[in-house]
Amino acid sequence: MGKIWRISGPVVIAEDMRGSQVYEVVDVGDARLSGEIIGLESDKAVIQVYEDTGGLRVGEPVAGTGEIFTVELGPGMVGNIYDGVQRSLVTMKEEIGDFIARGTRIPALDPDKKWSFTPTVKAGDKVSEGDIIGTVPETGLIEHKIMVPIGMEGTIEGIKEGQFTIRDTIAVLENGGGKKELTMAQRWPARKPRVYKRRFDPEDLLVTGTRIIDYLFPLALGGKASIPGGFGTGKTVNLQQMARWSQTHLNIYVGCGERGNEMADVLHSFKKLKDPATGRMLQEKEIFVANTSNMPVVAREISIFIGITMAEYFRDMGYDVLLVADSTSRWAEAMREIGSRLEETPGEEGFPTYLGSRLSSFYERSGRVECVGSPRRMGSATVIGSVSPPGADFSEPVTQATLRIVDALYSLDVALANKRHFPTINWLQSYSLYADTVDRWWKKVSEEYTYVRNQTLTILQKEADLEEIVRLVGPEALPEDDKLLLLVARMIREDYLMQSAFHPIDTYTDPARNHKMIYVIIKFYEMSRAMVESGALVSDIAGMKLKQRISRMKDIPNEEFDKYIADLLLDIEKSSIHEEGGG
Amino acid sequence: MEASQLFTRQTKAIAVARRSLLIIESIPGIRYDEIVDVQLGSGELRTGQVIEVGKVMTVVQVFGGVSEVDLLRSKVIYKGETLKLPVSPDILGRIFDGSGYPIDGGPPVVSDSYLDINGIPANPASRIPPAEFIETGISAMDGLNVLVRGQKLPIFSGSGLPHNKIAAQILRQASLKAKSEEFAIVFGAIGVSYDDANYFIENLETTGALSRAVAFINTASSPVIERLSTPRLALTAAEYLAWERDMHVLVILTDITNYCDALRELAAMRGEIPSRRGYPGYMYTDLASLYERAGRIEGREGSVTIMPILTMPDDDITHPIADLTGYITEGQIVLSRALERKRIYPPIDVFLSLSRMMKEGIGEGNTREDHNNVFMQSYAVYAEGNYLREISTVIGSEALSERDKTYLRIADRFEQEFISQSETERRSVEETLNIAWKLFSALPVEDLKLIQQEYIDRYLPKR
Ligand SMILES: Nc1ncnc2c1ncn2[C@@H]1O[C@H](COP(=O)(O)OP(=O)(O)OP(=O)(O)O)[C@@H](O)[C@H]1O
Ligand SMILES: [Mg+2]
Repeated sequence: MGKIWRISGPVVIAEDMRGSQVYEVVDVGDARLSGEIIGLESDKAVIQVYEDTGGLRVGEPVAGTGEIFTVELGPGMVGNIYDGVQRSLVTMKEEIGDFIARGTRIPALDPDKKWSFTPTVKAGDKVSEGDIIGTVPETGLIEHKIMVPIGMEGTIEGIKEGQFTIRDTIAVLENGGGKKELTMAQRWPARKPRVYKRRFDPEDLLVTGTRIIDYLFPLALGGKASIPGGFGTGKTVNLQQMARWSQTHLNIYVGCGERGNEMADVLHSFKKLKDPATGRMLQEKEIFVANTSNMPVVAREISIFIGITMAEYFRDMGYDVLLVADSTSRWAEAMREIGSRLEETPGEEGFPTYLGSRLSSFYERSGRVECVGSPRRMGSATVIGSVSPPGADFSEPVTQATLRIVDALYSLDVALANKRHFPTINWLQSYSLYADTVDRWWKKVSEEYTYVRNQTLTILQKEADLEEIVRLVGPEALPEDDKLLLLVARMIREDYLMQSAFHPIDTYTDPARNHKMIYVIIKFYEMSRAMVESGALVSDIAGMKLKQRISRMKDIPNEEFDKYIADLLLDIEKSSIHEEGGG
Repeated sequence: MEASQLFTRQTKAIAVARRSLLIIESIPGIRYDEIVDVQLGSGELRTGQVIEVGKVMTVVQVFGGVSEVDLLRSKVIYKGETLKLPVSPDILGRIFDGSGYPIDGGPPVVSDSYLDINGIPANPASRIPPAEFIETGISAMDGLNVLVRGQKLPIFSGSGLPHNKIAAQILRQASLKAKSEEFAIVFGAIGVSYDDANYFIENLETTGALSRAVAFINTASSPVIERLSTPRLALTAAEYLAWERDMHVLVILTDITNYCDALRELAAMRGEIPSRRGYPGYMYTDLASLYERAGRIEGREGSVTIMPILTMPDDDITHPIADLTGYITEGQIVLSRALERKRIYPPIDVFLSLSRMMKEGIGEGNTREDHNNVFMQSYAVYAEGNYLREISTVIGSEALSERDKTYLRIADRFEQEFISQSETERRSVEETLNIAWKLFSALPVEDLKLIQQEYIDRYLPKR
């Protein structure tokens, strides 16, 4: 047992700490605040404290736990809300009320709740780390697979079916005379990546329901992406949208150093919304980690690792998991704060020199893998992090370090936000390295995917080029074919790319509908180009009823949509023939 | 025992006095963050705070600076407590300074309930999303950038722009749509001129609102360190009224720029490594510890709505003070010098302004069914007109088509008829929406593609 020797903000130095280890979890002071050792020097330990250190005194006790920071994993996580050190905020609310008191111990998993466990192995079976030994229907959407904990193997001596709490023994493992009792819960170290058998390239589309992402800059299951943008450009709304509608098995939403009201909004809306594919409540496939900006800074740092460890755990069950983290800048700032308290030599803009490696130690835990254990199974963890660059200036260290790691970039644009063009994903600056691989996935929806995507991007690029000319000579001075291009580019922007997160239909677009929406516009372009060639004026085309009908397609309910589009395409076809015949 | 303990919790062993810091030999039992009294040789008392404590040395930051501190006679007395505010319903109608002492000539507030001025973070799981529309009577807000109860919505201003007038107008006019309940008002003046502080107090007096208001005043000539405690006192009072007295509280904090400058000054004195433009790296977190105290809590009647005011140095929205505020608050109301020059009051730049809590607060049952459509269409029309205005400065408006000219005119009318209003005009949200419809009626109806047909049928004035 050591004693506090010095206190400076969230950093405490304790003496008499010989025998401790780096990253060991400690209880600090009479209030038993939780902390973690981040450095040792002779008998002194440098500790980062996860709770407000106000009121601590020199000489108060510091007790090591002998364990490094672990995440508690087992049934009861899905639908739960955790703070930055994995205390259940739902339980905390019930036990201590509406405000977060310091030194409160709250378990991550409900110790008394009974779960129905069904074994999938039997006595006599040989099992080892990662093997699935049984299942628990955790929610209507998630079947929790109980796996042999890390580092264990042996022969199943006994295994029980029935209703158990996470503390009850469900199986006994025999190994060379030693016996181990297994429960449904286990602990994994937060900072250590979980091993896997093999890694595969991401190749399947992660359907997010956001049109510009899925079609133009697609993300793949197991991929890693970043959303940088100035304040108010839509990072949070985009991430919330992905956490809502992504066609994954489970989503983890990590709110890191962001707003309490926003968390409340997410939590409340997820209680009301249904997953489009299954019709089940979204809460049944969601885990929240909420360490808001007024909660202790140091906990931001670990909260991200808690999130990714949970993602790996569910990935190992064979699921496709999506983790969104909002915002990684607040996470980086927490590291900067600790670094400066330790008087480390700072790197760029005061961030620690290990900023880049710490960021990649997070993003690199994404991936599509063959998991450890039998039965053989594949799982994926996709990671998307937002970045909040000061002054919306992307040249700053966190954005730059992130860009070197991720394979897809959704660059949010302040100018679009000011015009209320949402989502503000800039189509000229964003990219996805997954576009080529998920191409094959899209071909199942439509053979014409590549063509339509390329056309769309080309039109938008040309528009940007023409825009410069327009600013010099005005739109009226352009030749008709350029005017038409501008008109169509505008249709693409307004009738396709703009997508309201708050409109009941527009909020989620499935891939088939997504393709049809942009396909119609490209067909309209082909038709009208022929018309212009044969002498029609763009001002007349702009007034066509057809064009107006396209502009209303966003509002058409899914049940009527196919017919609406079929009619549109038919009429476009007719107009073209009419043109050709007439011209 | 208790008395002797108090007695020993003081020391004269000051080793260093530099800038605003004292480095003192440690005595047992000092708490991190606790408040101290520094007694000068003359007997004068100054407040300080423990900012670092070690077994050997303790560092104290002295509010008001270390001038006249000497190493022989000065004494440090540890109070064993963090800064607290006594609270009771009697704080209403009162005016305090940045340490919480009454400056209105009245008696001290008597209470046995003292609250830590740093507050305690609300459990995110206990919060409910803000959703109740507050009618300010100002079209640029009620129509396009709606304020709701429990929101934190700052005014980004520039020196010489009428932010005080607008804030005072909001204080006078703000009410809930359906109920005519009145807000309790908490006013925190941080390093502002005496005149500015007085402007608000007088405004509250003349409208009779003073009896449901509390003010904490730190003027430009008051101690810099109290710029940090002033908003915390104000917010502690607000939380007390909201969470324990079921009141709806509107907090005005002005000027956050002075707050941040004080933060920078004190950080520099501590010799900390500065981040952007000299401001400390933890400024985001520090500001969040203020702004995040806004909200609604499940099962409690009251609410805390915060409107901080800040002046952007050089009108620069990317300046750290505005930038970090924008990253924490739920939108911002941005004032524009260009509109001010055109004599538009209130000169609210609706493109740069944003209310993120808007969607829950508008529509049927809150304001009117067409509100969201009108909101989107207004932006589209005004943005288009504005864009054309930009390009026509180069090419001349004659080079535009007839359609484009219409949009150009609408942009002007939008500023003159929709945004502009008088300082005493209190428009209902219906009036605000109807002005937008009047402007829409100058456009071809097929251009109103962001509005559902049924609303067009119902609200578009017939030509
Ligand atoms: N897809 C969308 N549809 C409609 N509105 C949107 C969309 N995306 C963003 N918005 C609007 O923009 C506002 C700001 O978005 P958001 O809160 O996500 O910004 P942010 O980038 O997270 O900002 P900050 O960095 O300050 O947290 C939202 O409140 C909403 O009004
Ligand atoms: Mg955000």
